[in-house]
Amino acid sequence: MTLPETSVATRRNRRRASSALASVLRFAVTVVTTVFGLLLVTFFIGRVVPIDPVLAIVGDRAPAHVVERVRLELGLHLPLYEQFYIYVKQALSGDFGTSVLTTNPVLEDIKRVFPATIELATIGTLLGAFIGVPLGVLAAVKRGSIADQIVRVIGLIGYSVPIFWLGLLSLVLFYAQLRWAAYPGRVDIVYEYSFTPVTNFYLLDAAMQGQWDVVWDLFRHIALPGSLLGYFSLAYISRMTRSFMLNELSQEYIVAARAKGLSEARIIWFHALRNAAVPLVTVIALSYANLLEGSVLTETIFSWPGLGLYITNSLQNADMNAVLGGTLIIGSVFVGINIFSDLLYRTLDPRTRNR
Amino acid sequence: MSIAEPETRPYSREWLLSDRPTSRRQARLGRAYIIWRRFAENRLALVGLAILILLLVVAALADVLAPHNPVQGDLRNARLLPPGTAGYLLGTDDQGRDILSRLIYGSRLTLLVVVLVAVIAAPIGLIVGTVSGYAGGWIDAVLMRITDIFLAFPKLVLALALVAALGPGIENAILAIAVTSWPPYARIARAETLTFRHSEFIAAVKLMGASPFRIVLRHVMPLCVSSLIVRVTLDMAGIILIAAGLGFLGLGAQPPLPEWGAMIASGRRFILDQWWVAAMPGFAILIVSLGFNLLGDGLRDALDPKEAGQ
Repeated sequence: MTLPETSVATRRNRRRASSALASVLRFAVTVVTTVFGLLLVTFFIGRVVPIDPVLAIVGDRAPAHVVERVRLELGLHLPLYEQFYIYVKQALSGDFGTSVLTTNPVLEDIKRVFPATIELATIGTLLGAFIGVPLGVLAAVKRGSIADQIVRVIGLIGYSVPIFWLGLLSLVLFYAQLRWAAYPGRVDIVYEYSFTPVTNFYLLDAAMQGQWDVVWDLFRHIALPGSLLGYFSLAYISRMTRSFMLNELSQEYIVAARAKGLSEARIIWFHALRNAAVPLVTVIALSYANLLEGSVLTETIFSWPGLGLYITNSLQNADMNAVLGGTLIIGSVFVGINIFSDLLYRTLDPRTRNR
Repeated sequence: MSIAEPETRPYSREWLLSDRPTSRRQARLGRAYIIWRRFAENRLALVGLAILILLLVVAALADVLAPHNPVQGDLRNARLLPPGTAGYLLGTDDQGRDILSRLIYGSRLTLLVVVLVAVIAAPIGLIVGTVSGYAGGWIDAVLMRITDIFLAFPKLVLALALVAALGPGIENAILAIAVTSWPPYARIARAETLTFRHSEFIAAVKLMGASPFRIVLRHVMPLCVSSLIVRVTLDMAGIILIAAGLGFLGLGAQPPLPEWGAMIASGRRFILDQWWVAAMPGFAILIVSLGFNLLGDGLRDALDPKEAGQ
């Protein structure tokens, strides 16, 4: 029995639609279970791991009635699964509790400090990508040469150096000795209130308000921590670029392009790099996510008032609500970037589409 | 009639490289020799190996090598002496303790962290990965979801939160790092397991009546070990850096233990005038993690020639 043409087409379409539905479903399950897992892990760390969560929050010198009140507030007299249910409900509505240190709701604190971290990580990633990609291409094209070795050593040191130590040394050199960079912090106290933070991305705010002396001061503050994170991501990006480019340069279409008589520059930058660009986008997104984490130690060194410094300050003061809220936010952003880069990969590479 | 093999002296190069090994031991030694030759071609990998051997020797002979007591300093005469002072090669810290001696004893802590994390995290990853890969189905789905959840956390931040809950200390730092390190190992072990799950030798063992437990333990796990070793070696540098970061934040080893990260933290106050107090431990961390990275790269290239040069 033969089927009419149209029926075959609709069936194919239906199959495509159902596979799209399945991938959307799988995607939704991934997001939901991962977020659920993040909540479960932070709940576990906050409530189950400490011998006494109340003690972790109020400290060991609190009077008995405070301890009792906090115990009731936390709902510690309830069974664990009920506590978890309440925790999830509160977290999903944006309630991470109150920070003991700042006495603000944790979410409010995070909203205030997170733009600073994003600003820093963005500068770092931009530097890492704009320097790392050309370096990686250079190393792949001149494989085995001195240039390749130098790029490799730069990358290896970036993988091996403790970032907080490098930060301290760079402060000694560029702040104390050469006086190029500004004192640790985000902006000089003189300029602190001379512009109105709108987006809380200070560089953007000051530039939009045309305050160029403030921009210059902000730049002097962000230069050191930004380049440090930039180096961190450069090490990763240049290494991956080299590997992707080596892979592309050994393909047959490169031979074909050479046979056509295209210039070497055209082959490298337009043919090979374009194909390497798809996995590179994923790598750059991942390195952005890693910088959000790397900023924890960098911000501590440079007194950068971001999420990292917020978490470490809260740690020193045993402020578990703030620590867990920050952890949850960084974890969620991490997951978000991972998923985003995955989706980007699918849209950019036509080969992965109808799979 | 068989072609007569020319007699080769046992353990000579010809014996090791023979195409027709006559015993299992000869075959194994021969294979090890080939891997070693490939590894030794890579000069940087040898440097990495040398750094690690040096670390082991220093840690083992700390009592003999260290010129001073690492914990008790000479507060009256030897505070914050610069490097090169007679008797104090790398200078002294604010409590008059010889920095070189502290670094030498600190190598034991670094080794302790690295070894314990590897011993805890690698088997967890191996078990989760092989069971997940061999069993398949819903077991696979559940185990891999759990793995993905742990992968979704940034390592340092999760370790920070864990140590904050457990309380500072080197044991808790090790535990926290181990908890955050196993997921990639599980992924690798699972991927390896999937490649030979349906191969004939597994079917043969199954036919002989081996239980799934035995198959995974005796036949699947040993085959995953080599790729796991490479990955663990490559991860060592990251583990050292995270441990140092935790120490720097005051969450790792507690004073007066000479942990390198904590030493940097205590030198931070004098960084502008007495730079060496914070600088020296950093060099130690850099050199050791560089050694692990070089060794890991070399091992990967030697064990997996496909990836070589990439």
